[in-house]
Amino acid sequence: MTKKEKQLTDDEKAQEREVLRYRTQYLSFTLNREEYGVEILRVQEIRCWEPVSRVPNVPSYEKGVINLRGAIIPIIDLRERFQLKEANYTETTAVIILQVHESDKIRIVGVVIDSVSDVIDIDKRTIQESPDFGSKVSTDYIAGLVEVNGKMLTLLDIDKFLSLEEEEETELN
Amino acid sequence: MTIDMEQFHQVFFEESFEGLDVMETGLLNLSPGTADMEEINTIFRAAHSIKGGSGTFGFMDVSAFTHVMETLLDEMRDGRRQVEQRGVNVLLGSVDCLREMLAAIQSGADVDADSVNQHQKELEVELNGGDGGAANEPEEVAVEQAEQPVVSSVKPGWHIIFCPHAHLMKTGNDPVRMFRELEELGNLIVEADFRGLPEIQDIDPEECHLSWDIRLEGEIERQEIDEVFDWVEDDCDMTIISFADEAGKSTTTVVEKAVSIESATEKPDEPPSTKAASQAAPKPATAAKQPNKKPAAKPASASIRVDTAKIDSLINMVGELVITQSMLSSLGDNFDMTRLDLLQSGLSQLESHTRELQQSAMGIRMMPISFVFSRFPRLVHDLSSKMGKQIELKLSGENTEVDKTVIELISDPLVHLVRNSLDHGVEMPDERVAAGKPALGTVHLNAFHRGGNIVIEVTDDGNGLDGDKLFNKAVEKGVIEADAILTEKEKFDLIFAAGFSTAEVVSDVSGRGVGMDVVRKNIEALGGHVEIRSKLGKGSTFAIYLPLTLAILDGQSVAVGDETYIVPLGSIIESFNLRSEMISHVAGRGETFRLRDEYLPILRMQKLFGVESSGTEDSSDGLLVVVEGQGTRCGLLVDDLLGQQQVVIKSLETNYRNIEGISAATILGDGSVGLILDIPGLLRLAKR
Repeated sequence: MTKKEKQLTDDEKAQEREVLRYRTQYLSFTLNREEYGVEILRVQEIRCWEPVSRVPNVPSYEKGVINLRGAIIPIIDLRERFQLKEANYTETTAVIILQVHESDKIRIVGVVIDSVSDVIDIDKRTIQESPDFGSKVSTDYIAGLVEVNGKMLTLLDIDKFLSLEEEEETELN
Repeated sequence: MTIDMEQFHQVFFEESFEGLDVMETGLLNLSPGTADMEEINTIFRAAHSIKGGSGTFGFMDVSAFTHVMETLLDEMRDGRRQVEQRGVNVLLGSVDCLREMLAAIQSGADVDADSVNQHQKELEVELNGGDGGAANEPEEVAVEQAEQPVVSSVKPGWHIIFCPHAHLMKTGNDPVRMFRELEELGNLIVEADFRGLPEIQDIDPEECHLSWDIRLEGEIERQEIDEVFDWVEDDCDMTIISFADEAGKSTTTVVEKAVSIESATEKPDEPPSTKAASQAAPKPATAAKQPNKKPAAKPASASIRVDTAKIDSLINMVGELVITQSMLSSLGDNFDMTRLDLLQSGLSQLESHTRELQQSAMGIRMMPISFVFSRFPRLVHDLSSKMGKQIELKLSGENTEVDKTVIELISDPLVHLVRNSLDHGVEMPDERVAAGKPALGTVHLNAFHRGGNIVIEVTDDGNGLDGDKLFNKAVEKGVIEADAILTEKEKFDLIFAAGFSTAEVVSDVSGRGVGMDVVRKNIEALGGHVEIRSKLGKGSTFAIYLPLTLAILDGQSVAVGDETYIVPLGSIIESFNLRSEMISHVAGRGETFRLRDEYLPILRMQKLFGVESSGTEDSSDGLLVVVEGQGTRCGLLVDDLLGQQQVVIKSLETNYRNIEGISAATILGDGSVGLILDIPGLLRLAKR
């Protein structure tokens, strides 16, 4: 009897390990009522929106640069980037400071969002690949889709997302 | 006693490389025939400290190699040997070899034993007179020596040269005690050598600065002598040779010295006569003794040597700052309006101290440009003899101080420019004579401050640049269109275009056309630019303009609409109120104004940067700031001049990217970010 119990706990442990192995955490936020998520390990901090120093001759979604404790970091408005509604700045408007890995170095970038929602646990196995929307929506920077509490959450691949931006910028130039 | 010697390695390498530079400079200054004692002494001291250091750290092959060099130098110093060009060349080669050895050890790589052996052999040949055929083969001599029976006519006994390291006494050994022991073995004659003795004020009584020349007469076994020195063999350089060997061939003495104590103590029971044979393979033995160095090349931590005076002044300033701070804080404890004057004077003191402190702190990073210049005599010496040209190098302004970063980054471009001048600039002697110039060409390196810049000029009196030839070549290479109209200056600038080289033959010096564009790119990366002045047949000058420091900039804040930008103060020529009647239009669009005798374009900053303005936009109302960048001038139309301040430069590219028209960012007094304008970039932007 005791032996059986022990075996059960072993099974449970293995199961737990299995769950832990696939578990990952995302920070979710809203952009115009759509839910998005970024990997929590990439989030350095969350700040309130504050006025930025504008940089001339850049796309309008690159709002400018701020002084983050002595480092100059760019601020990008995700809502304008996705051409959602007109972006207005309210009390809940937040800036997520993200670490973007680019080849061998790490860049710090701030993104403007409507509001921060939650930190959620996600089982990696439930992440679904983004369906093909054709040319309407570029899916290159979408890491996947996942269902959380009956709502769809779009997971962003920020490395690709911000490197894509670089390409577009060069085209613009 | 286990002290981790690794921690001192970095210092040792740095000092050794410095020593090598000193030796190189000294050797180049040595003129054949005349022995400048001071110069030779300097070289000798440098060699000696490298030998000592490498011995201490267990880099035995380095110390053995340096020892041979030292012997040669010693003979020159004593006047036993004439200073000859050949000897100097051999020594220069050895300096290079030594530098390679040290670099290899530093990076944990294997030492190129072949080249070391070759250089060592050259040195030994030089030592042995150079022209004696037999001397070319020291091993053979040694073997012959070994086969000779001990000559009985020579008195039996030993000649010991004993050079203890400075720390010998600290290890608990006393030379006097050892001499007493030797005395018991036979008739002892000891001669002390005082040459290593420092000035009286520098003497550390616990250190041993003497060395001894010992002659021990009598029928004595080698082993007995070895026993006496058993405890000190790691703390000294020692040569033990029998009178018989010494008399047999004096040349072996020298070679023997190089082998030093190692072969002597490794095989103590060997009969003295065959011992000489063992020196045929001193290299493998010493190489094996080299400690196992980890192959992983550690990134060398950067360090900097600072003049003590600079540190003292820095500490002084910090002291002043602390005093001011305590004064202000006591003032703040019970403040009322009557003491406002005191507060204001305190604050102005604080300001001046902060500024001075900042300057002293920046000064620490400043190094004289001679750090870069010092390598050129060698380069010119080598290259000119290789190319068969006669070139004299002149240096001036070596004491001009520049930021350390600039020093590090400028040396490669500068080497390239000098090589170019040597290769393409200065002509062959016969060509020069035919052109009515002296056969001896001149390359002049000059550094000086101008405004907020440091200017480094490379001038040669060679053939100069041929604008038309450059133009044709550029057309041929597809760099420009054949119908392009260029000014003389623009034609010269063509040599900076990628893939452009006018050298008829690609030499190993220059001519592949990959260099000049890299030169310009490097210099522009430092925030500088290159200017070319040239006259066909007379020579050319390449002038590098660099900012004094890369970290701090004197800036003028200007208001553009609701935004603030910073213009580098060094680039501002003047500023004045622009009235609408001063503006003339070109083709209805381009706006220009006349500044004395020159029409300059007007850049409307609001339009250029798309700045929203709360005020009304009136063309007549504004300040025109006349700026200069990379040799072109223009007027920036701004709304207001705000004030001058020193700003700390922060890169935009670290987290963001390069923005046209903006060179960097800075943090303003209120914590917001201010952007620093890049004048050449603005001009490019305006041309779109």
